[in-house]
Amino acid sequence: MRTIPAQAVVEAVKVASIQANIELGDDVINALKGAVEVEASEVGRDILKKLIENAAIAREERIPICQDTGVAVLFVELGQGATVSGDLYQALEEGIRQGYKEGFLRKSVCDPLTRKNTGDNTPIIVHLDLVPGDRLRIWVVPKGGGSENMSRLFMLTPAAGWDGIKEKVVQTVSDAGPNPCPPTIIGVGIGGNFEQSAILAKKSLLRPLGTPNPDARLIRMEAELLTAVNQTGVGPQGLGGRVTSLAVHILMMPCHIASLPLAVNIQCHASRHVEVVL
Amino acid sequence: MVKEFHLTTPLSEGDVVPLRAGDRVTLTGIVYTARDAAHRRLIELIDAKEDLPIPIEGQVIYYVGPSPAPPGRVIGAAGPTTSYRMDPFAPKLLEMGLKAMIGKGKRSKEVVDAMVRHKAVYLAAIGGAGALMAKAVTAARVVAYEDLGPEAIRELSVERLPLVVVNDILGNDLYEEGRKQYRITV
Repeated sequence: MRTIPAQAVVEAVKVASIQANIELGDDVINALKGAVEVEASEVGRDILKKLIENAAIAREERIPICQDTGVAVLFVELGQGATVSGDLYQALEEGIRQGYKEGFLRKSVCDPLTRKNTGDNTPIIVHLDLVPGDRLRIWVVPKGGGSENMSRLFMLTPAAGWDGIKEKVVQTVSDAGPNPCPPTIIGVGIGGNFEQSAILAKKSLLRPLGTPNPDARLIRMEAELLTAVNQTGVGPQGLGGRVTSLAVHILMMPCHIASLPLAVNIQCHASRHVEVVL
Repeated sequence: MVKEFHLTTPLSEGDVVPLRAGDRVTLTGIVYTARDAAHRRLIELIDAKEDLPIPIEGQVIYYVGPSPAPPGRVIGAAGPTTSYRMDPFAPKLLEMGLKAMIGKGKRSKEVVDAMVRHKAVYLAAIGGAGALMAKAVTAARVVAYEDLGPEAIRELSVERLPLVVVNDILGNDLYEEGRKQYRITV
């Protein structure tokens, strides 16, 4: 059994949460640069260039890419041969607490009814899986409210099929319009059940932009959905253009014989995720 | 024909009437920040016919909850939040003479109608460009509702804040116009 000190987890999550919010990943910057090349709208191209400029300013001056430094979502894979000396959840949460304080990140978590801010960006949201091996792998994925608010979940009838899925994905992007800060990345979860489809949708967003889906069957589906959402004409910041979304990512798994769950998790252009391995 | 305007607060009717959806505006002067909770409190005061903590007539409200200012800076990142959440509150403020709202995302028909009725405009800042938007902020201080933390009402001094007109006094909508131009129907 390999023991990982809880303090190491706190430190790693702290550093990752600050990095995620200040340094936009190269895959996203490259996708934005690629979008400039294909965007037909002059206003759209100007916006894309400003987003690239914004990422450079944030990185150089050590301030967040976006003031909405989000709710902290953590995907955690704990190897069955590893154990954390102490409470893993508390260590993850303390890492976020410290990162959001020391990194001057915004505290954006509140009671759902009183709306009183919790003051330290906790509680956090953790999706934990036990996996083979003896490593602890953590993805820190700050998720802002704007794009999250435009996300949708549909319990389709099986008869709806692929056409029904396509229709709902396009409808979700179309209805959202400018609100989720296009250009967006669309995470699609198909199958599972009510909550699992949503987790699949968000997990699909972890794959670096520009890398192919490891499941060949999904590659064509992703391309078809991307073409369809970009036909809405919503464009950068919803001001019209060819690039409404930079990518569509899909994760799919079997579901109940009577169901066709579909989750559409919209990610804004500030797609922030940092992976640490302990 | 897209025009460029440089405006200084407070704004008069004469300032906003010539603006058309798609025009670029650089704004200098004072803007007040307010989001959902602050708006709710302001409307409660209006309904109770009590004084407000900020002036409204001729003023500009920026829908933003900035990240904390690191040492040596006046503000953290300061891009817009999604405006539709403030739609229920906007018409009453427009009635009181609010001349511009800054945010991102589409407004409801009620708000667009109120802008036409009271001659005010809705300006968009670039969503997610928090570091870039912050460069235009030269001073910031909390003037009300400090308990709301990032959602407090702040008085920001801005210099050439870069904005685009989304809704003008004629009810034009840049989001609709832009999308119509690039939509492909199969």
